[in-house]
Amino acid sequence: MIEISDVSKSYGRTAVLRGCTAAVKRGEVVVVCGPSGSGKSTLIKCVNGLVPFDSGAIRVDGVSVGDKATDLPALRARIGMVFQNFELYPHMTALQNVSLAQIHVLKRSRTEADTKSRQLLARVGLADKLASRPDQLSGGQQQRVSIARALAMDPQAMLFDEPTSALDPEMVNEVLEVMQALALDGMTMMVVTHEMGFAQRVADRVLFMDGGEILEDTPKAAFFAHPSTDRARQFLAKVLSH
Amino acid sequence: MNYRWNWEILLQEPYWSWIWSGLEWTLLISLSSWCVALVVGTLFGIARTASNRAVRAAADIYVGLFRNVPPLVQLFLWYSVFPEVLPEALGLWVKRDMPSPQFVTAAVAIGLFMAARVAEQVRAGIGAVGLRLLPAALATGLRPWQAYRLILLPLGLRAITKPLTSEFLITVKMSSIALTIGVLELTAESRHIENYTFQGFEAFGVATLIYLLLGLGVTGVMSLVDRYFGGDKLRRGDR
Amino acid sequence: MSSFDWGIIWREAPFLAHGMALSALLVVVATAGGLVLGVVLALMRQSSRSWLSVPAAGYVTVMRSLPLVLVLFWFYFLVPLALGRPVGALASALVAFVLFEAAFYCEIIRAGIASVRAGQTQAALATGMRQSQVFRLIVGPQALRAMVPLLLNQIIIVFQDTSLVYVVALRDFMTSASIVADRDGRPTEMYTIVAIVYFVICFSASKAVEIYQRVPAR
Repeated sequence: MIEISDVSKSYGRTAVLRGCTAAVKRGEVVVVCGPSGSGKSTLIKCVNGLVPFDSGAIRVDGVSVGDKATDLPALRARIGMVFQNFELYPHMTALQNVSLAQIHVLKRSRTEADTKSRQLLARVGLADKLASRPDQLSGGQQQRVSIARALAMDPQAMLFDEPTSALDPEMVNEVLEVMQALALDGMTMMVVTHEMGFAQRVADRVLFMDGGEILEDTPKAAFFAHPSTDRARQFLAKVLSH
Repeated sequence: MNYRWNWEILLQEPYWSWIWSGLEWTLLISLSSWCVALVVGTLFGIARTASNRAVRAAADIYVGLFRNVPPLVQLFLWYSVFPEVLPEALGLWVKRDMPSPQFVTAAVAIGLFMAARVAEQVRAGIGAVGLRLLPAALATGLRPWQAYRLILLPLGLRAITKPLTSEFLITVKMSSIALTIGVLELTAESRHIENYTFQGFEAFGVATLIYLLLGLGVTGVMSLVDRYFGGDKLRRGDR
Repeated sequence: MSSFDWGIIWREAPFLAHGMALSALLVVVATAGGLVLGVVLALMRQSSRSWLSVPAAGYVTVMRSLPLVLVLFWFYFLVPLALGRPVGALASALVAFVLFEAAFYCEIIRAGIASVRAGQTQAALATGMRQSQVFRLIVGPQALRAMVPLLLNQIIIVFQDTSLVYVVALRDFMTSASIVADRDGRPTEMYTIVAIVYFVICFSASKAVEIYQRVPAR
């Protein structure tokens, strides 16, 4: 579904990605972890072309992301993305947030789009918040709306960029539960997160990144039982100690 | 459009001296009104952050009055109306007998107008960095006026180096209205040359260039000063 | 000390009202024209093509470093020259105002667009929208909301700026009053009423903007 081969990127002289290679198969859940500044967010934003990369190739469902001839908007419409800071549109209600791209990108009628949005908002537990504006919702609720917004496009894969990092601790679980349900439904997911509990419960494989490199690409059980690099071991010791 | 270019005319007398003297008046008015604006504006700016209600209200009234009347009207009030409402002898002195009455009137009028704008900046600067630190300063036993003098004002002014630079450049531009009461500053002199020679491109062109260089020069120097003070960080509110 | 004749204000009211109409015309044209040109300049400055962005940036820098009085003189001289015939002060003042204020509107528009977080664009792009849709549906509306108070304040400043057409002897409100003041030797009465009228209009307008800003956006 997602094939990343030998992708590198630098801002001026600082290399943020060095020869990254990885793949996410259909129906697979891959968690990307690593210390901050390791390039995880950059990598996941390369997958749908939000951040251009310098060399290498990324193919999503067979389509080359870096190719100039690729219709990026059409590609992005098939991949959902959830951001660290939610990025709901502040001038619209929850329902409008979820319906907007359905209407303007998928050209669904407003009624059709709103029906779908209502179903999805109900599915993430927000049936009673349709008319609320983002600033009237808690962080956890906002993030659930933004998941519904991504699902509304019937995506073939979902990208999560630290979806719980900006949340107060008591709201983390409500978002993780929605993500877990999604994974159980068979959604293809690539998730950048520090939530190792989520990785242990849901992930098929774990990618560990540091200094712009993918140091480990291991099945979940192996990664947590005996990480093969020192840096991954140190990282795990730090995040699992509390 | 037929036009005969003659850039040499700017180097001929008397036009060359006209430009020079115009520039001198522009700088003189700008700098003197800036002094007025800084002193008066800082005082009212501090007053706008005061805890005393009456002091704050007085400063608000000053800013409200001076910001909501066009500067040209203010200049005419100072020039034509102010001497009329003074006792006769004093009024006559202001109008005629004080040294260069037009220049002094322009400097005061522009200075007091700009003071209202400076006051807003000072208030914003103190509000952004200083007020947070007031409790800490008072907790160390400083008296309020000491806290202002030693902490709030120095930090507040550093934080607004950039906005104050734009305010100064607005003062420079504003100095051109002095020509309406007969001060022959740069804009007036360029008009003067155009009237005499019909070489409008050259006359207004040189004035344009001088204002542009003044603006770029002052901005360049002040951004060095701002970097030295770390004004950027102060404005963002981190250490 | 001469005695004052406040009745002159009522006698000259129609003349002053005529002047105010011209001031209003200047504000309307300067704002409408300035906004249109300001949008064009802002789009040029945003452009990644340097042959568009550099001239626009240069234009804005030059206009913003000149006194309006000098710009009025420039176009009082240039417009008749460009058209090859005398056109009178009003036409050149209108051109000067539009071209001058456009630089300021451009910067307000840019500030409005810059106030929208980059993440909003990314989020919209990630749902498959095209650049034009992102601007029309997401960035534009939010930028507009952020810039409305700045635009309204700029209109108040433009209104104050119009008094400067005095230097090209155009009979706006201020200049009309000054004509009466000189003719009848009544500066105190005339300039006082001028100041009061400007104050009332600008003060109430800026209070209205403040109240607008305090009402949460809905």
